[in-house]
Amino acid sequence: MATISPTRVQAGRGVEVALLVVALVVGIYSYAMVGIGVEGSVPADVWQYGLGMAVLAVGAHLVVRWRAPHADPVILPVVVALNGIGLAMIYRIDLAYAARGRPHGFADKQLLWTAVSVVGALLLLWLLRDHRKLRRYTYTAMVASLALLLSPMIPGIGQTINGAQIWVRVGPVGMQPAELAKITLAVFFAGYLVTNRDTLALAGRTVLGMKMPRVRDLGPILLIWVVAMAVLVMQRDLGAALLFFGLFVAMIYLATERISWVVIGLGLFGVGAAVAARAFSHVGARFDGWLDAFNDEVFNRHPGGSGQLVRGLFGMASGGMFGTGWGQGRPDLVPYAESDFIVASLGEELGLTGLTAILLLVAVLVQRGMRTAIGVRDGFGKLLAGGLSFLLVLQVFVVVGGVTRLIPLTGLATPFLAYGGSSLFANWLIVALLLRVSDDARRPAPDVRPVLTPEAGTPVVVAGAATSRPVSASAASSAAVSSTADPPTEIVDGGADR
Amino acid sequence: MNTPLRRLASVALVMCLVLIGSATWVQFFQSDRLDNDSRNVRTLYRALGDARGPIVVDGVAVASSVPVDDVFGFQRQYSDPVTYSSITGFFGVTGRTGLEQAQNGYLSGSSDQLVFSRLRDVFLGRPPEGAAVETTISPAVQEAALRALGDQEGAIVAIEPSTGRILALVSTPGFDPNELATHDMRAARSAYETLLTAPGNPLRSKAYQERYAPGSTFKLVVAAAALESGRYDASSTLPAPHTYTPPQTSRGIGNFGGGGCGSDPITLDDSLRVSCNTSFAWLGVDLGADALRRQAEAFGFNTEVTIPMLAANSRFPASLDAPQTAQSAIGQFEVQATPLQMAMVSAAIANDGTLMTPYLVDTVRAANLSTVRTTEPKVFARPISASTARTLTEMMENVVRSGSARPVQIPGVAVAAKTGTAQSGQQAPHVWFTGFAPANDPQVAVAVFVKHGGDARHDEATGGRVAAPIARAVIEAVLTS
Repeated sequence: MATISPTRVQAGRGVEVALLVVALVVGIYSYAMVGIGVEGSVPADVWQYGLGMAVLAVGAHLVVRWRAPHADPVILPVVVALNGIGLAMIYRIDLAYAARGRPHGFADKQLLWTAVSVVGALLLLWLLRDHRKLRRYTYTAMVASLALLLSPMIPGIGQTINGAQIWVRVGPVGMQPAELAKITLAVFFAGYLVTNRDTLALAGRTVLGMKMPRVRDLGPILLIWVVAMAVLVMQRDLGAALLFFGLFVAMIYLATERISWVVIGLGLFGVGAAVAARAFSHVGARFDGWLDAFNDEVFNRHPGGSGQLVRGLFGMASGGMFGTGWGQGRPDLVPYAESDFIVASLGEELGLTGLTAILLLVAVLVQRGMRTAIGVRDGFGKLLAGGLSFLLVLQVFVVVGGVTRLIPLTGLATPFLAYGGSSLFANWLIVALLLRVSDDARRPAPDVRPVLTPEAGTPVVVAGAATSRPVSASAASSAAVSSTADPPTEIVDGGADR
Repeated sequence: MNTPLRRLASVALVMCLVLIGSATWVQFFQSDRLDNDSRNVRTLYRALGDARGPIVVDGVAVASSVPVDDVFGFQRQYSDPVTYSSITGFFGVTGRTGLEQAQNGYLSGSSDQLVFSRLRDVFLGRPPEGAAVETTISPAVQEAALRALGDQEGAIVAIEPSTGRILALVSTPGFDPNELATHDMRAARSAYETLLTAPGNPLRSKAYQERYAPGSTFKLVVAAAALESGRYDASSTLPAPHTYTPPQTSRGIGNFGGGGCGSDPITLDDSLRVSCNTSFAWLGVDLGADALRRQAEAFGFNTEVTIPMLAANSRFPASLDAPQTAQSAIGQFEVQATPLQMAMVSAAIANDGTLMTPYLVDTVRAANLSTVRTTEPKVFARPISASTARTLTEMMENVVRSGSARPVQIPGVAVAAKTGTAQSGQQAPHVWFTGFAPANDPQVAVAVFVKHGGDARHDEATGGRVAAPIARAVIEAVLTS
């Protein structure tokens, strides 16, 4: 159990600086290469651009150093690198659109959103001194999630764009509230599950070697399932539905260690999606466009055909192993090359090599997040960090899997890479939360720590559980940890310096 | 909670690896199929704007990509389209042909051999530049051939016998590849449609893509088979009736003009000189279809030839009865040859019986001028012995001295040749010429083909009258350049 970590962890701020320099070089080099590739010269504003990025990165580093001095040193640089690569590609696609007489200025907007997102994330890091405070807002987060999810359906502010009713527009600012709902849902799930995990984990009978939950404990997962299906059907947002439900299933598995929840979850989603595919033409079209993408009729169908997907595949194929190089492909031939299909654009110009590097960056980011979850001492923090990390990889999986035709295509934004302010902002907030939790996880234990560590095998009666029947030794040890780490009212661990 | 966290971390890692696998599937394993999908305009768009390497003839780029100010960036231009369209082919929205097709890997820079130069371009952020393809073509010979052919429909192939270098490759009518290379898609497509239905089918090269009955020029192959059999020499006598009726049929074969061959029996040497049909038909039956096929295949019939464009296979049919063998021996029935093939026959005889692989690309040079590839002369086959080659050369010299190829005579130069006239249904016959010069030190082997160039009387002499002067112009161009 990682509740005790005898080795001292290096704070790693120096490492962070070194990695940030690398990340900035990657981002600024990419930006310069786009200029060379498209226009034959380094963009005139590369210095301002580089300086701006550096200011943001240095600012982030300083806030981390000040407010989360023990935070994981790899997370921030990886995100800066991904954000920089995304910006360069959006700028590159801007130039392509401009060359075709359709200037959009996506890059400027995304740059602004990057600044807003970084500042927002740093504010969160600054203001939220202890992630455990969030646990107090478990049910507030639930209400907020529902409000955010439903808001696009409110007449007046809700907007339907490209068939998906996922937008809210207040004045000049358009938002996809579902992006923020990811975070509030993760907070809600973490808070809810850490309280109810014992019930969900321990009660029930064994069927086919799997411990099945009691029917009355199925309530929450059914509720989430209904919400996900509603999102899928009413807002036509398969990606978000997949995301919420996947997040919940992953987190309930984390909380209960019971594979039966995963089986039930996947089963429910599979049945729901299959029924939706039959019942609703727009969902069915997604499946057609996936399974039968190269069929001429499906390819040419508009809307809802596979034309975009297949054009994206053409782009990636033309990139091949090494890509065309920045600015030398034709990513603009794919609709939404700057947002939903930015992965295809990156695959085209940076090749399989570049795309693999990006995916490995994501893998590193997620593994650091998971390490944070393993390292942190409280159950809420574990669930939150584990859930948010999984959320990152799940988003990437759903988008890249969709674009490479591994799974049906959904309209999700690739974290940090794709054009879209809401997604960028929300994902930077996730980064802030991970940094916050990792600061706690990596903080050296104070010298005087009155920690109760139950020995494995010690019979323990689970505190706070609805049942008082004796439990097996292995379940007891994990349950016991939660009972020490998560007293319902008072925080014990590391509370001395707060 | 750490056990499920570790498992979930593994799941996350596996998800990333699966995505890398999925991307690899698209970008590596499926990329060729996707690139070649007919709906994939991207490959074409990108290729249109490539800094494609030039096609070079004697130091001059006859096809090159020049920077232009449109979305593509580069425009393919052909500096002397009329002279070189049969070599360069074209490159445009409607496709690519000729060297543009056959050497696309080098020209576009996508060839595996250019991987380092591509990587360098990627890191320097330069648009990838294709390699230059330098041809073996001699401009003087090419221009002379084109001029000599004039407005007649036909083809000329000139080869250096000792190496296989192709000195001239002409097919008329030609076309203007610039019309097809334009970035104005509509104009390019309409030009393509026009050319597809244009008289003379200009988009297909008569020099190597089309096959025709070789007529009497095929007698060289039959004579070679006879000499190689060891049962005949130049002075062996053959029956030469006015009409020869092969076994198993009652349909006889006559000579051009319906007369005799000057004597009966006739020597092999005289048979070739006067192009006697009946004696060669008899000889073919005597040697047998298998011997003829073996000899023809040794010269390259029924074999794939790439120069580097893939040439149509010249054909000697698989199973023949005696009447068909007799027809085949005079280059009729289903025997078909490309002008390239008939030039190869002469080239083998000229080079002491050793046939060199014909080739059009001398050197491929990367954008930084480093040599990517140089073609070394290579033996294609040894269809005949040196002594057979010597005998055939003397016989072919006689054809020029006092036979059907007299119009090719060049003062002071011994020319060895054979003419041919091949029936083509009710239309005027095709006219052939193949030969080489100088006979004692061959510099060039040439084949001339004029479609429907003879006159309707099926007069053997027309081969000489029409094709021989054209061949003479080509030979003179080689010898003076």
